[in-house]
Amino acid sequence: MDSWRRSPLFFWIIGLPPVGWLAIFFLLPLSLIWLISFGEKQGIVDVALTWTLDNYARAMESIYLEILLKSIVMAVAITVICLVVAFPVALLISFAPRRVKPWLLLLIVLPFWTNLLIRTYALIAVLRVRGYINFSLEWLWTQANAALSFAGLGQYQLLGARFEPLELLYNNFAVAFGLVYVFLPFMVLPLYAALERLDRSMIEASLDLGAGQVRTFFSVVVPMAASGIVSGVIITFIPALGSFLQPELLGGTDSQLIANVIERQFKSANDWPFGAALSFILMYLTFFALALRSLLAKGKSAMEAA
Amino acid sequence: MKSLRKKPVSRRSFLAGTGAVAAGVTLMPKLGFAAEEPKLNFYNWDTYIGETTLDDFKKATGIKVKMDLFADNDELFAKLKEGNPGYDLIVPTNDYAERMIRAGMLIPLDHSKIPNFANVDPVFQDASFDPGRKYTMPYMWGTIGIGYRKSKVDGVPDSWKYVFDDDRYAGRIALMSEATTVIGIALKYLGYSLNSTDPKQIAEAEALLKKAKKYAKVFAKDNGQDLLLSGEVDLAMEWNGDIIQVQEEDDDIGYVVPKEGALLWQDTLAIPKGAPHPNNAHAFINFILDAKVGAEIADFIQYATPNKAAKALMSDDYRNNPAIFPDDATLAKCESAVYLGEDYYRMINDAWTRIQAS
Repeated sequence: MDSWRRSPLFFWIIGLPPVGWLAIFFLLPLSLIWLISFGEKQGIVDVALTWTLDNYARAMESIYLEILLKSIVMAVAITVICLVVAFPVALLISFAPRRVKPWLLLLIVLPFWTNLLIRTYALIAVLRVRGYINFSLEWLWTQANAALSFAGLGQYQLLGARFEPLELLYNNFAVAFGLVYVFLPFMVLPLYAALERLDRSMIEASLDLGAGQVRTFFSVVVPMAASGIVSGVIITFIPALGSFLQPELLGGTDSQLIANVIERQFKSANDWPFGAALSFILMYLTFFALALRSLLAKGKSAMEAA
Repeated sequence: MKSLRKKPVSRRSFLAGTGAVAAGVTLMPKLGFAAEEPKLNFYNWDTYIGETTLDDFKKATGIKVKMDLFADNDELFAKLKEGNPGYDLIVPTNDYAERMIRAGMLIPLDHSKIPNFANVDPVFQDASFDPGRKYTMPYMWGTIGIGYRKSKVDGVPDSWKYVFDDDRYAGRIALMSEATTVIGIALKYLGYSLNSTDPKQIAEAEALLKKAKKYAKVFAKDNGQDLLLSGEVDLAMEWNGDIIQVQEEDDDIGYVVPKEGALLWQDTLAIPKGAPHPNNAHAFINFILDAKVGAEIADFIQYATPNKAAKALMSDDYRNNPAIFPDDATLAKCESAVYLGEDYYRMINDAWTRIQAS
């Protein structure tokens, strides 16, 4: 663990580039945005740093709080859906034969090889009125109708006079669908990592001692995968809260989330200070959630120790 | 706005997203050379130039044009606002050109280097947003009206009523997603000026749009014509050229300037401050304003050219297309957007956030 003490030079050579990278490309721009959030717009282009709190006060107006709340609800829903969908998938992979496992993992990681934007556009082609889902449904409808006619029931139009395509795109469902699709791998991978480390004999013991499959799952597997669940929830929830592409491309007329409002401040409203304040409120919320988690984790381990 | 010519599947809106990614990778500003290197950095809308214009310019002058693309005026403005990342020539729309002039972001043009300015229709040789054409040259102009699918709409939807104030086509309407444009047109429908700054009138427009939202399917991220073409919607508020471009693929699509009037816009050529190759930029502007070059561009992108000499070379189909050149009576009802100050932008965008959230 403390091998760096033995060769500090090596440690610094390895450690400096990432630290420098972090400072220049992450901390520095972030501090600039932080400063701008205390600024005031002067004329068309300039921002004067006046240490005003007006931007934060404005962000506390009910309209922005409502949008923020809606975004949080959406992000929580996405996280829960991802967790529910990802857990069986991760379980399946971790119990898959050794030879199949890498292939299954590859399938999970495969979407990352394509740009997020392109994947989102692909979803449009799948979900729209004249998209692949509706094409498939229409085909099924035609086949079913033909079968009915064959059975002599054609004249009753049991399936409606003509095929009505489903409205899948440009609504909140499409946004949620797009977000789940994008974030699912972020949930599967940490869950898989946790389940892979899981001591199988515990499951056998539980089953041997008379617990059913369901009870074993909830009382043994889930608690032992807790660390994976927590990491998965965090790395899904945080980006889901800040996502703006899916509501913008897949959303309907009421799909605005907080990130869309932030983007509007930086672009069409040309109000960087307010946009910066909104971004930082989002960031403080995230920090708060992380702090809460580590606090809870500490409390728990203290309890266990006692 | 200005869309793609050949393959309309949202290439332009695709750019809206990649723009954010590309924003990190900017051109390095070149330091001033006495004689300019034969290069030009052109920042343009997607498919908004002739098919061979850039190559022809290289053949004629030896200057190599590198073209980057932006998806909307906000992107263009945001990118240049913090200093010019190395562009020599940009294509802002009139109200944004005015905003940039006021912000001191453009350099004055040297008219002696642009003799082809004489080709421009006298109507466009001056502009309210740029008196004396000190900073900008006209590139293309047009209207924002309603594109519609003829077979799915009763008659011609010649009023903004059908997209804002009528449930007849509920769920089959695409509005645009530019706050100032949509609210401006809503004001126009209510009988006010498109450029009204009266908070009461804007509040009325806001109330109208909160209602209109229930009938609309989507605030189209600049791809209304694609939604129309793919059958997702039957009515779309759109730029005329975008609709004309998809008409070539599907003649069931029509375009109308509603009777209440529409938004009249003009895109301009301008040189941003800090441009590394201003002389080359002047040469390229002059090249574009050439009659033959202008005609080739107009023929390819199907927008209305302000270049009289170029228009004279065009086919009758183009010159007599009312969707490209509306008649005078229609034009008289249209209005251009004016730059109304930063407080106005805040007021409109706040209203827009409320509309979206309602």
